[in-house]
Amino acid sequence: MKTRLVSLVLALVLVIGGIAGAERAAEQVIRFNLGTEPETLDPAKSTGVPEARIELNVFEGLTRLDADDLPQPAIAEKWEISEDGLRYVFHLRKSSWSNGDPVTAHDFEYAWKRALAPETASQYAYQLFYIKNGEAYNAGEVTDPNLVGVKALDDYTLEVELEAPTGYFLSLVAFPTLMPVNRKVVEADPNGWFMKPETYVGNGPFKVTKWVHNSYMELEKNDLYWDADSVIVDKLVATLIESEDTELVMFETDQLDITHTVSRPEIPRLKKEGLLKVTPNLGTYYYIFNCKAEPLDDVRVRKALSMAIDRQAVTEYVTRAGEIPALAWVPPGIPDAEPGAEFREVGGDMLEENVEKAKALLAEAGYPDGKGFPTLTILYNTMEMHKAIAEVIQEFWKKNLNIDVRLNNQEWGVYLNSRDEGDFQVARAGWVGDYIDPMTFMDMHVKDGGNNDSNWSDPEHDRLIELAKTSNDPAVRMKAMHEAEAIILEQLPIMPIYYYVEPFLEKDYIKDVIYSSLGFIDFKNAWVAKH
Amino acid sequence: MGRYIVRRLLSMLLVLWVIATVTFVLMNLVPGGPFASEKPLPEAIKRNIEARYRLNDPFWKRYIDYMGNILRWDLGPSFKYEGRTVNDIINSGFPVSAVLGVTSVALALLLGIPAGILAALKQNKWPDTLAMLAATIGVSVPSFIMATFLMYIFAYKLRWLPAALWGRPSQVILPALALAGFPAAFFARLTRASMLEVLGEDFIRTAYAKGLSTPAVIARHALKCALIPVFSYLGPLLAQIMTGSFVIEKIFAIPGLGQHYVTSIYNRDYTVILGVTVFYSILLVTLNFLVDLGYVLLDPRIKLAEPSS
Amino acid sequence: MQEELFLPLPKEDAPERMVRPSTTYWQDAWRRLRENRGATVGLVVIALICLFAIVGPYFSPYSYSDQSLIRANRPPSKANWLGTDNLGRDIATRLMYGARISLAIGVFASLINLTIGVVYGGIAGFFGGQVDNVMMRVVDILYGIPSLLYIILLMVVLGPGFGNILIAIGLTEWLSMARIVRGQILAMRGQDFALAARCLGASRWRILFRHLIPNSVGPIIVTATLTIPQAIFLEAFLSFIGLGVSAPMASWGVLASDGLAGIRSYPWQLLAPAFAISITMLAFNFLGDGLRDALDPRLRS
Repeated sequence: MKTRLVSLVLALVLVIGGIAGAERAAEQVIRFNLGTEPETLDPAKSTGVPEARIELNVFEGLTRLDADDLPQPAIAEKWEISEDGLRYVFHLRKSSWSNGDPVTAHDFEYAWKRALAPETASQYAYQLFYIKNGEAYNAGEVTDPNLVGVKALDDYTLEVELEAPTGYFLSLVAFPTLMPVNRKVVEADPNGWFMKPETYVGNGPFKVTKWVHNSYMELEKNDLYWDADSVIVDKLVATLIESEDTELVMFETDQLDITHTVSRPEIPRLKKEGLLKVTPNLGTYYYIFNCKAEPLDDVRVRKALSMAIDRQAVTEYVTRAGEIPALAWVPPGIPDAEPGAEFREVGGDMLEENVEKAKALLAEAGYPDGKGFPTLTILYNTMEMHKAIAEVIQEFWKKNLNIDVRLNNQEWGVYLNSRDEGDFQVARAGWVGDYIDPMTFMDMHVKDGGNNDSNWSDPEHDRLIELAKTSNDPAVRMKAMHEAEAIILEQLPIMPIYYYVEPFLEKDYIKDVIYSSLGFIDFKNAWVAKH
Repeated sequence: MGRYIVRRLLSMLLVLWVIATVTFVLMNLVPGGPFASEKPLPEAIKRNIEARYRLNDPFWKRYIDYMGNILRWDLGPSFKYEGRTVNDIINSGFPVSAVLGVTSVALALLLGIPAGILAALKQNKWPDTLAMLAATIGVSVPSFIMATFLMYIFAYKLRWLPAALWGRPSQVILPALALAGFPAAFFARLTRASMLEVLGEDFIRTAYAKGLSTPAVIARHALKCALIPVFSYLGPLLAQIMTGSFVIEKIFAIPGLGQHYVTSIYNRDYTVILGVTVFYSILLVTLNFLVDLGYVLLDPRIKLAEPSS
Repeated sequence: MQEELFLPLPKEDAPERMVRPSTTYWQDAWRRLRENRGATVGLVVIALICLFAIVGPYFSPYSYSDQSLIRANRPPSKANWLGTDNLGRDIATRLMYGARISLAIGVFASLINLTIGVVYGGIAGFFGGQVDNVMMRVVDILYGIPSLLYIILLMVVLGPGFGNILIAIGLTEWLSMARIVRGQILAMRGQDFALAARCLGASRWRILFRHLIPNSVGPIIVTATLTIPQAIFLEAFLSFIGLGVSAPMASWGVLASDGLAGIRSYPWQLLAPAFAISITMLAFNFLGDGLRDALDPRLRS
């Protein structure tokens, strides 16, 4: 009896301890694998996720995304938006750079104009094309930087004018391309300031203290960050290990605390051992149909192909990390017009999988039981998972429609070229959102769009996209995009297969790291529990 | 000999020029570019980038620029890694790769040659069988499988050694072993084969007849000749292994030069492709030259310059 | 040395009477190869592997592409005696098909070595001087140009296919052989037996091909057998670039590379192809050693 009481008390203590939160470890160091060597850490120029993962911890924009990917005040304490949604005025808090200089509105103006300037040649300049004259300035059509719609009214007030109302502008300003930079430092060494810890001056929670190329980076807490009191971690070690296998070994032997890109064959085991964690990722894996190539120019054929595969099988047996079968185009996780509503839930599933119907459609198109159907070729870039998915789809089409399918893999650069030139029939593709709005998925199928590789276009679809881009009324925008999505899924220039998720491994003692559905990682409030 | 060396040096310069030129032409023929991505760029941005990196200059002009860069040994900026020049990449990567490479070649020589000699002396007896079995596995298992195995055993199961990264001596062991496996096995087999041949030669019988002991015969007479095939292979091997191995550097996250030979091509990072290729070629032709000079030292009967009569 | 010293003596008209039927070098070599136990074992194993590759698939209830997703990643069992892969395909059957590609490529690469590599290196080493300088500088150039570049270009121009792999392998796989043979010949051409042959009036080509090259047969065979695994894995790399055989058909090299990722959870996916490659290599090595003994002119009786 007595022992039971003791154990009860003990359990109670444990529960209370758990509620109060585990104790902090004495050493606040987090070791995570960044994966690849960053191409550049200049926020104006970087395009990739690994780069952004560093930059978001070294810089802070006007806003910062919270755990739900919603923008929260950061360097901007508050803001006003004009009635027509075209003019924003941001009021900045007093804060300082890691070298002690004050962060001012001028730093933002300078940074944004620099990212847009043609001579900077930033690949991601289009993140700023929403700003009035931004695109024209970048294209050299407007040469006077004063005409670009960003202006520091005084040291702590920034005025921004937009080309068109942009509902998601407040989350855009949290992105690397729109981070401020310290003019003095940048101008002293425009091409190399971000390479050395001494000159890589930021305004975020951490600062880079060491960068051994192709090996590892070290970041330490930035004591001059305005919110330094809420930063708990003293040091981040970002390893640059590209091998999935190696990072897994290092994780399991306690040499790493967080890793991404989990080796697919190991996923079932890691799931079973309770090590695998999954975070949503805003992206869709799909196949492009070349709508100019026979027999894919017939919408019935495209529909038949899309109906004849089992997406559930692909996610369950091939990708395995908990990906969601895609029965529409825009992935879940994006808000709709009504507060609390979600675009995907409102739109619902729009594709059907039905082998009998697929066979009927194919017969209707003139290929009863696949007779006379030419051999189809699926193009993919070389990767174990792309290969496995293509093999599975090949088998579905063969088994269900009696169509012969050849697989053709190409090295990445060659594959991109083939896709761009339209030199394929069916090509594997993936699209990851740049910002949290359906438009990041919806505007790619417009006629002559740079990302439209399917050779498909539809005037009504284009009209709806244009409407969504120019309207300030969220209800009108979302409705237009739902309708445009319906057109795409009726016409099927593309065949969505699944929505991405990001599998990752994180030790249980790592707490409060924020993983964004855009792939970002925020360590600002992270901490290490006693272990 | 002096004339031979002068002639040889001139032909080496010619070789480097041909390699640089062919590489330049090939890399311009390969489709894709340094800024291609699954998210194609808007036209204006593409134009800005092409202007900045002078990708739109005519072919011949870029060729002259690039060759000029090589002559000045100022190999230009990387397209992919902003802020890093090709010289930086070589200067920081080569020492790492060289340390690893030399360690593994030394390891391979130390393991392979004695094993080969032993196997030849004990032909068809158990030491021979054992050594050749190990050598066969050594050549059949490529370094990337060997690396994964070694990591699995020593870093994952036993936890004796760190799995990856670079800087401490303990981090050299696994990659060096993985890299040494193939050359060690090859050396062992080559040494055994040529040793067996040399042991049948008259001068060896003479040496034995003079009453020399086996170790003395081997050390003074046989080994020199037997090592010629090993030596022939050493030039290209050293050049290759000292400039790094793509897979090993990837697996062990080693900041060496080897990965750049491959990734620069995947990235279409033109300046890096050309720079590291020329660097590797300089090393290669120099080492091959030294190997040729070494032949003469190894076996005085070898004449390089003399045309056959 | 003066050229007069080497003028051949006039040939005598009446040859000596033969005491036993003459056997040529090659007949002799073949006889000795058959008598060599290791070589016989090697040959038998290679024959068995070929049989496995050619006939095996007809006895397998599966095809290399038959998927069964619910039976993915099963360990070896009665139904699949080498287990199944990530899509539930029978690994044993895939190995049989893969053997066809990998054996063909390995043998082809060895042949390239034994022909182009040996002849090229032999000529360079034998003639020496300027001939050697020019020929070996060409080898340096081929070593120097990044092969990945022309492999990608070949892929773009020719597309995937078996023949195209052979072209890529033919372009690169003889360089080490050429260097090794050239070094050997360079070392031997001044030796007594070469001079003796020259005194006896043998032509240069005869000296090279009948005396010098047979005397370097050991390193030549070692290098040639070694090319086999190298070519097998080069093919896996070529497949990666897109030049190889298209999925779902897979060579041993590709099977091994694919299996590597799951080494902790499904080791049989790596071990099966790795064993196949190692056993093949062992067999070729035994055969190679036997060949060496058989071809060695000094062991001729």
